[in-house]
Amino acid sequence: MSISVKEVSEISDQDAGRRTPDYLDQLEAEAIYIMREVAGQFERPALLFSGGKDSITLVRLAQKAFAPGKIPFPLVHVDTGHNFIEAINYRDELAQLTGAKLIVRYVEDTIKAKGLKEQTGKNASRNWLQTFTLLDTIEEFEFDACIGGARRDEEKARAKERIFSFRDEFGQWDPKRQRPELWNLFNGRIHKGENVRVFPISNWTELDVWAYLKREKIALPSIYFAHERELILRDGHLLANTPVIEKDENDQIVTRQVRFRTVGDMTCTAAVESSAATLDEVIAEITVSRISERGETRIDDQQTEAAMEDRKKGGYF
Amino acid sequence: MDLLRFITAGSVDDGKSTLIGRLLYDTKNILADQMEAIERASKSRNVGEIDLALLTDGLRSEREQGITIDVAYKYFQTPKRKFISIDAPGHIQYTRNMVTGASNADLAIILVDARHGVVEQTRRHSLIASMLGIPHVIVAINKMDLVGNSEDAFLEIAKSYQELASKLLIKDLTIIPVSALNGDNIVDRSVNMPWYTGETLLSVLENVNVLKDQNLEDSRFSVQYVIRPQTEELHDYRGYAGRVQSGTFKKGDLIKVLPSEQESKIAKIEFGGNEIEEASVLESVTILLEDDIDISRGDMIVSLNNSPIVSQDIEALVCWMDDKKQLKPGNKYVLQHGTARSRCSIRDIEYQIDINSYEKLDEVESLKLNDVARIVLRTAQPIAYDAYQRNRSNGAAILIDETSNVTVGACMIE
Repeated sequence: MSISVKEVSEISDQDAGRRTPDYLDQLEAEAIYIMREVAGQFERPALLFSGGKDSITLVRLAQKAFAPGKIPFPLVHVDTGHNFIEAINYRDELAQLTGAKLIVRYVEDTIKAKGLKEQTGKNASRNWLQTFTLLDTIEEFEFDACIGGARRDEEKARAKERIFSFRDEFGQWDPKRQRPELWNLFNGRIHKGENVRVFPISNWTELDVWAYLKREKIALPSIYFAHERELILRDGHLLANTPVIEKDENDQIVTRQVRFRTVGDMTCTAAVESSAATLDEVIAEITVSRISERGETRIDDQQTEAAMEDRKKGGYF
Repeated sequence: MDLLRFITAGSVDDGKSTLIGRLLYDTKNILADQMEAIERASKSRNVGEIDLALLTDGLRSEREQGITIDVAYKYFQTPKRKFISIDAPGHIQYTRNMVTGASNADLAIILVDARHGVVEQTRRHSLIASMLGIPHVIVAINKMDLVGNSEDAFLEIAKSYQELASKLLIKDLTIIPVSALNGDNIVDRSVNMPWYTGETLLSVLENVNVLKDQNLEDSRFSVQYVIRPQTEELHDYRGYAGRVQSGTFKKGDLIKVLPSEQESKIAKIEFGGNEIEEASVLESVTILLEDDIDISRGDMIVSLNNSPIVSQDIEALVCWMDDKKQLKPGNKYVLQHGTARSRCSIRDIEYQIDINSYEKLDEVESLKLNDVARIVLRTAQPIAYDAYQRNRSNGAAILIDETSNVTVGACMIE
């Protein structure tokens, strides 16, 4: 990619002349409105940043919402220790360029402190454990609102979730007792110890995010674009070949040209074979793809029909 | 390309989920893996053919019971438009969910079973659509295949619906005979009903003009947040962040701040830190004023010569949403209107509306879950509002329970 990360922190002047109503403008205006509601209604909000394209989009929206001021809340990353190094580097650079405060908490530390048992075996993942670290981090900093990049088109439990999603003092989501969410009147009133998860890009689709990244000329971690990589071929999925994934004799090590369609933990994020080296090429590929984003790349969702719903009830994002 | 939000009202029995499934399927918005998942689920339940309804039911209890409990959102697009489909349950015990879904909709599709015609539920859904000010309504008379695709059957139902609609506020009404199961008049024109020469459902969805629905006259801007960078180079910067609720604002406009009535002039409008000439309805911008006046979250900037009503006394239609506690005169709540919050007390329940028969019920002492009534309330601070039917965004408010913090009422100010 020829675009440097630097451009993420600079908002282009093109915006000045652009006034035609368009769905991206509408989605952007709604997301900015939601960001400002968070800043206006809560005392200690945070933006949960993963290094993935959705949270990168959130950072841009937050910049626009509060320009020329800085983003008035910290970026918080729950690091499983299984992240792609490209995403971690990107995160650090972005925090520096935007001047936002970055808070990182490690799942590794939670495991040690709490004596938690990690999953073992070849499909072991820290996905579930990061909930503990997240809840501890919320408690440590007394965050009353956490902004996340979840979208309703990703998954059917998410399709039912509010934009301001109330969590009790244990971080739990109760799908049957959600607050009615009317018009654009978001109710962020909570008691001490409770918090609200806020999803400003709830109404965006995967394609909307890509189109926005392109329009805003936002650089992404390089793993989103086609590159050659050594991978583990397992049950038809291509996983990064890394020491954090336990291998056995059924796993085949292959070298392929791939890109990542989502960027989560290396243990549960699969690559797709691709030659798309630019945003335009990625968008073209996604437009014709006949498989949904999480279906193609998220191994953790395929375990049961209600995998996400169960994780969310437990405090997961 | 713009965005259209529509709600579908009806119950599973009317084929509502099937209709959404059909729209997604015929516009090629169902992906291969989603299709496989539905096929798997259909097989495991022995429903024979692929059950397109399974696309929209997301929560475990919904799949188990085969019903929609909560509001679900689906996203799809055609070359003409992007759509957000809001799927809300149709049964009377879920009226609050339908009201919630309807609050953000530009258009409502009301499903009527051709075998049963206009029934109680149709009346209820139509009232909600009208009360929530949804500008466009499509009545889809479904299961036409089960009445022999008869034109007479269609005309009879259409006539009785028009009678019903004449008692309501529905600005734009279209009635279409369809079969969601077979795909007739959803995306493709029906070969079974050659007598129908009107538009297909998708064609209406794609072409309905929603720009016209916006209120471009009454300039209203609720302040969400005050941007004060307090850096050396931006030492005196004070920007009011918010979203234009209605109307437009331009540099140089004379404005008034409510409720304080202070007057000033717009010095500058910014978007993302860059100056822009004007801001129109629904745009999230930052307004800078020429005078240094005290403005904070909850205040409203309006044009100097077009003011909303500023009052502590409010009359509104309310849909009560709390299943635990009832609304009674004397009760106190927090009213959230725009970005303003004020404590309020219920003065009176003027009358309740039977949402099935539209009858007014007098001398009602309290409201329970899903009841709709006209109430009188008094706020602790003055609220700057317009009538809901004139200006949806500045006439809407919610009631919040002060102890549970739950949203308990949806108010449409009259």
